[in-house]
Amino acid sequence: MTSFPWLSLIVFFPLIGAVLCFLVKAESSRWLALGFTIGNFFLSLPLWWLFDSSTATMQFVERASWISSPPINYSLGMDGISFPLVLMTTFLMPFCVTVSWTAIEKSVPLFMAMLLIMESAMVGVFVALDFVLFYVFWEVMLIPMYLLIGVWGGPNRLYAAIKFFLYTLAGSLLLLVAILALYFQGGHTFDILELSRGTYGASLQMWLFLAFFAAFAVKVPMFPFHTWLPDAHVEAPTAGSVILASVLLKMGTYGFLRFTLPMLPDATAAFTKPMIALSIVAIIYGAYMALAQTDIKKLIAYSSVSHMGFVTLGIFVLNIQGIEGAVMQMVNHGITTGGLFLCVGIVYERTHSRQILDNTGLAGPMPRYAIFLMIFALSSLGLPGTNSFVGEFLVLAGTFVWSQFATAFAALGVILAAAYMLWLMQRVVFGTPAPAHRAHLLDLNARETATLVPLIVLVFVLGIFPNPLLSRMHASVTNLLNAQKAPAYATAPQPPSIPNTAATMAAITPSSSEQATAR
Amino acid sequence: MTFPLQDLLAILPELIVIGTACLILALDPILAADKKDVLAWLTLGALAMCIGLTSSHLTGQSYAFSNLVVIDAYGAFWKLLLYIVTGLTVLLSLAYLKAERLSIGEYYGFILLALVGMMVMVSGADLLTIYLGTELMSLSLYVMAGLKRTEARSLEASAKYFVLGAFSSGVLLYGISLLFGLAGSTRLSVIAEAITTQGTANPMLSLALVLLAVGFGFKLAVVPFHMWTPDVYQGAPTSVTAFMAVASKAASFGAFLRVFVEGLGGASADWSVLFTIICLATLALGNLVAIVQTSIKRMLAYSSIAHAGYALIGVVVAARHSGEGPSSGFASVLLYIAVYSFMTLGAFALVGMLRKEGQESENIEDYAGLAKREPLAAFFMLVFLVSLAGIPPTAGFIGKLYIFMAAVNGGMTWLAVVAVIFAAISAFYYLRIVMVMYMREPEGSVTTHSRLEASPALSFVLACALAGVVFLGLFPNGLWSLATHAAPLLK
Repeated sequence: MTSFPWLSLIVFFPLIGAVLCFLVKAESSRWLALGFTIGNFFLSLPLWWLFDSSTATMQFVERASWISSPPINYSLGMDGISFPLVLMTTFLMPFCVTVSWTAIEKSVPLFMAMLLIMESAMVGVFVALDFVLFYVFWEVMLIPMYLLIGVWGGPNRLYAAIKFFLYTLAGSLLLLVAILALYFQGGHTFDILELSRGTYGASLQMWLFLAFFAAFAVKVPMFPFHTWLPDAHVEAPTAGSVILASVLLKMGTYGFLRFTLPMLPDATAAFTKPMIALSIVAIIYGAYMALAQTDIKKLIAYSSVSHMGFVTLGIFVLNIQGIEGAVMQMVNHGITTGGLFLCVGIVYERTHSRQILDNTGLAGPMPRYAIFLMIFALSSLGLPGTNSFVGEFLVLAGTFVWSQFATAFAALGVILAAAYMLWLMQRVVFGTPAPAHRAHLLDLNARETATLVPLIVLVFVLGIFPNPLLSRMHASVTNLLNAQKAPAYATAPQPPSIPNTAATMAAITPSSSEQATAR
Repeated sequence: MTFPLQDLLAILPELIVIGTACLILALDPILAADKKDVLAWLTLGALAMCIGLTSSHLTGQSYAFSNLVVIDAYGAFWKLLLYIVTGLTVLLSLAYLKAERLSIGEYYGFILLALVGMMVMVSGADLLTIYLGTELMSLSLYVMAGLKRTEARSLEASAKYFVLGAFSSGVLLYGISLLFGLAGSTRLSVIAEAITTQGTANPMLSLALVLLAVGFGFKLAVVPFHMWTPDVYQGAPTSVTAFMAVASKAASFGAFLRVFVEGLGGASADWSVLFTIICLATLALGNLVAIVQTSIKRMLAYSSIAHAGYALIGVVVAARHSGEGPSSGFASVLLYIAVYSFMTLGAFALVGMLRKEGQESENIEDYAGLAKREPLAAFFMLVFLVSLAGIPPTAGFIGKLYIFMAAVNGGMTWLAVVAVIFAAISAFYYLRIVMVMYMREPEGSVTTHSRLEASPALSFVLACALAGVVFLGLFPNGLWSLATHAAPLLK
């Protein structure tokens, strides 16, 4: 079965849809995009069962020569780190289409085509095994995203779009130079796996680390490179916000896991402290900024900065709980924050305002909506039983091993998350209804319900049964850490003492007694 | 004086082109005003023959006319590129001249004369041959820049181009005469020998290098010899601008590399410093000044200056890097210019044919809301601009990839870093056009909005340029192996 080109299929299937979108009318382009995104999800679904969780090697590998000199290959593959992210991407895209069903009125075919091109590029980034191919997918995303924000965005969209574009482009061009430098130092290959096996001098590693950091930290975004995020999130249309928050941000952290850690182990070790410090600053700063916002989207944007701080924290504590927690948190943040943005988009279509004060007291007119919003909010603040708890708990557990002091500060972020989220809920769900909009506030229709329900289901499924997912990433994360421990001799056998996080989680998730430690 | 048949056969493509040019000049007064299109088709036919003939020159090397002319893969590469861009320019002109109501048959004759000049430039093995080619190209372009006889700007462009061009030719000639004094010959091979035997300490050589750099700097439009470019590009008829920006630049790079590598390769340590400074200045000024332009023609003019800067990176790196694979630096220049030709020609073709009330829409503001009025034209422009900005999967990315790769390989990573910073800056002004096209609403009434004057010839040009940009972006293998095969070797 491995010979079947699964990955090429899910990378290029949406692209076919994008081309077709240009050929049809506005109304049918919606159905077309929905069909292709759902189709792509079902194409990627078999991977869940076909994926072999016992091995850390790349699976579903495809390889073909693309450019002969220098040797740039079209090579795709998937391991336990990219696997959850690919499935998350294909899972979320149909909801980006449904939420835009009526919200997008102008140039619908172009919009749908851009969504589909984004999907192709995003999946491509996660499965590329050639550094230049990775870079191509990484950059291809810029133009559709620029158009998504700039054409269908809010009032200040032009500024937000160009800011997003220039920030990410500047970072990734430095990545390009680093890729080329690595090519000449790493045995004249762009193959990611071979480059990961190579060893590089200390000063070269340091420069490369900084160049990688420029690209990935902007994308995550890590403090202090986060300033494009609130602008882009607020101005983007709902589908754009969902893509940004759920998938694009993960590319930065995926980059750290796929490239920085295995290729530059010495530099990673040397930069651990500043990276952790930046992560903790992001966690607390993002949460504080979220507390001060009056715009719901901006609040969620800053909460993303805070949550992504947990991901980078988990990555750079360099132990198995931390990294598995980070990958979990990447998926969970995608689902939860994606859900929150969908909720904001749905209410924005009704009230045409994202201000908290214009959207108060929704529990009365929109009870179903209020329940869904509440669930996402509780998941966002890491309530046990919801998905985010698993990720954040693992990250904090990993950090605890590294430094109790750091854990104390990071845990502060969880408390602040409870503060801004509950305060937001208090006003939006339970506050006195804003008089201006009460008349025409209809509750969720069938399409909107169908958009949110699958996400809600995942919130609980991943919250209560994280093991199927954790066990699929375990081998890859262990392998990653082994390479990290023995930088110069990557073939050293794996020490058996690393605890199996999946087993740990199985022991603790049903009961919430650990909640006190996490808080 | 007799010419051996073998020599005449060697320059058969040149003879065909010049013969066709004369035929066109003779036919022009005979043909009725509405039949002038025949001249364009005649031109295309001649070009098609030349493509066939020159393709056979891609292998082997031979000299003709007692070593005045060389027939080799390097020259053939540039000639093939020149045929293609000239052919596309002719097709573009078919549409453009009609829209501008310029019914001038000589136009195609001048294009072919300029082409002969360019062909001589890239296949000259002697400084005087190259100089003659340069002059023939320049004189034809001076006339073509002033073709809109009723428009003051066009005449100004022509006059300015002529004065500065003549001045730079003088400087070039002065440099050539110094080299003649040094080596006793204007043959590139003799000059190369003289430099090896005499060494590079001679101040006369340094002076000659500077003068040649100035002379070629004008033709390449690199900073600080770029001043004529924005005015001339803006004032000239757009089809001529496209021809200047693409063909004239390609031919100048061809001649420039031939002279500096084959003739002055021994002094590469000296001139590479000079061109590093020119390269940095070109990147900085071209990209920064492009930001503030309000006319799209001027913006593209500065962008073409900036692109010459990127190509110079490859030259500088190849000249300084004596280790393995020095040809990859020059090959990346060849590839870059080829790629640049397609995207720039496409952009200028659209600019020329986007019209508002019969006039060219030259202001960037005229592009407001183009994506709604002309979705296809806006999409084409988007692809060309994205490629100019060097974003994958377009050819512009491949061009930059090879240039940066040569830089990193040559140990000049700092230059690559500077170049990527300017590439990020350049994205700003290219995307500004995208923004105006896709995200702005046009002002004024519907009748005053710019529209694309489509015609089959124009559609063909745009389709070719787009195909070039996309195809070379996805499958650069063929062009790259051609470029490495044709690239000159620094001895």
